[in-house]
Amino acid sequence: MNQLRADLALIASHVNPGSRVLDVGCGDGALLAALRDERGCNVHGMEIDQANVAQCVEMGLSVIQGDADKDLAFYPDGAVDYAILSQTLQTTMRPAVVLEELLRIGRRAFVSFPNFAHWRIRMSLLMGGRMPVTRLLPVAWYETENIHHVTIDDFRALVAARGIKVEQAWFLYGNKRHASAATANFRAEHAIFLLSR
Amino acid sequence: MATAAIIAASDVLELSEPLPLDCGQRLEGVRIAYEAYGTLSPARDNAIVVFHATTGDQHVASPHPITGKPGWWDRMVGPGKPVDTSRFYVICANVLGGCMGSTGPASPAPDGKPFGMRFPVITIRDMVRAQVALLKELGIERLYAAVGGSMGAMQALSLAANWPEIPERVLSIASTATMPAQNIAFQEVGRQAVMADPAWQGGDYYGTGRAPDSGLSVARMAAHITYLSEASLTEKFGRRLQDRAKKSFGFDADFQVESYLRHQGLSFTGRFDANSYLYITRAMSYFDLAEDHGGRLADAFAQSRARFCVISFDTDWLYPTEQSRRLVHALNAAGASVSFVELSAPFGHDSFLLDVPALDRVVAGFLSR
Repeated sequence: MNQLRADLALIASHVNPGSRVLDVGCGDGALLAALRDERGCNVHGMEIDQANVAQCVEMGLSVIQGDADKDLAFYPDGAVDYAILSQTLQTTMRPAVVLEELLRIGRRAFVSFPNFAHWRIRMSLLMGGRMPVTRLLPVAWYETENIHHVTIDDFRALVAARGIKVEQAWFLYGNKRHASAATANFRAEHAIFLLSR
Repeated sequence: MATAAIIAASDVLELSEPLPLDCGQRLEGVRIAYEAYGTLSPARDNAIVVFHATTGDQHVASPHPITGKPGWWDRMVGPGKPVDTSRFYVICANVLGGCMGSTGPASPAPDGKPFGMRFPVITIRDMVRAQVALLKELGIERLYAAVGGSMGAMQALSLAANWPEIPERVLSIASTATMPAQNIAFQEVGRQAVMADPAWQGGDYYGTGRAPDSGLSVARMAAHITYLSEASLTEKFGRRLQDRAKKSFGFDADFQVESYLRHQGLSFTGRFDANSYLYITRAMSYFDLAEDHGGRLADAFAQSRARFCVISFDTDWLYPTEQSRRLVHALNAAGASVSFVELSAPFGHDSFLLDVPALDRVVAGFLSR
């Protein structure tokens, strides 16, 4: 098992063993495999990229080729204990709808995303006057899949407006935890929220 | 028909009880010809049934007794192959209505003469019911997996829907849960070609020395086109001429693609019974798992605890990905464990039979655990 990406490892460590899990945008299936093999979870995935899906199925994972914007509608209410959306929210056409779908299908949802208000990004835009290209956002504006950039404060405002409860939140700077929620919007590169209704 | 050689090649089991059919009739003394590979475990928990497609047969991984060609899925089924016969006990049976040793329209009716068109119209579920009866006679109650491509997948899905206690895994390749109008239409062309052939004689051609080979050949040619892709036809033949420098200004097979199709049609008549073709394609056109379950496809899988894997191909226009996606959505709605991938392969519908390494890997992965 390869080392999990920091945000995925953090999510994995907070999923109760034996849970039913749907990972939307599961990529190469690393988180699903870890949850299945190390925490005995009943895991399902959705992924848009064909090669990734094929790799997941080769690993014996139940993953369907699908699009978060279109294919979540077919899952029944409360189908899983956790719906997970890691680094995918900002790539969806309708992030708010996807968020609602996650909390319809899952009793709880993990959502992680790169924070567009991190100070490096602010500086890059302020000083350079160009769309930031950073470690977490390495692709130029005309090629990036990230069509809905979001900041931690934006996300907090969205979930508050929708009456969604934040059970827990974690903030990362590189692979390190950033402890302060108050300064996270400025100091954290990456945020992970555990949400419920 | 080279029936003697076939029966010598495959095991044939006669069902001890009459087989009830969806049309309301019961068939007595149904015989099912099958091939088996590998060894059944003492716990009887490693059996896989591979269901064959429209014009396939039980020779999935053994040479065909008439053509001498390797089994139709030799590349997929065998020791160390994705459907690994050193681990699994793999059974493949000729479908009810077929012509390779299982009871079909060429078989003798109770009056001793061939059924011909007196054979009852059968469904995909009838084909599966016959194979479920075979499994029962073999003492196999559960399947590690039910596997099939095209019409074979329809049988695998029908098994999961109607006998949910049997399969633990279901693999559907290049198929559908509901036969679309376009496919019904193509098959009607094929049947009309057979029935328009004067040698068909209302289906009573057995023993007359004439068989509707021309009609069946045309049916096969038309169907064969639907199994390929425009790109693969262009790549393989283009507009190249067949053994000639210029067009003949006649109606010979000027083009390579024409010659190829004529060859496909003719060679098919040597190994397939025309009436079987009518009955099997009829069964496919009736296939609609949603209709069988109150119009809601998800309800077809409500009782199933199986894990599903659904595979489609991007160049398959006969059973396009959208058909597989509908099935996947229904399985999602039913809360089933399902994998789904659309693979890239140039060969159209026939991709499931041909060299597609990604298919091998996905099948092996799905069956591995």
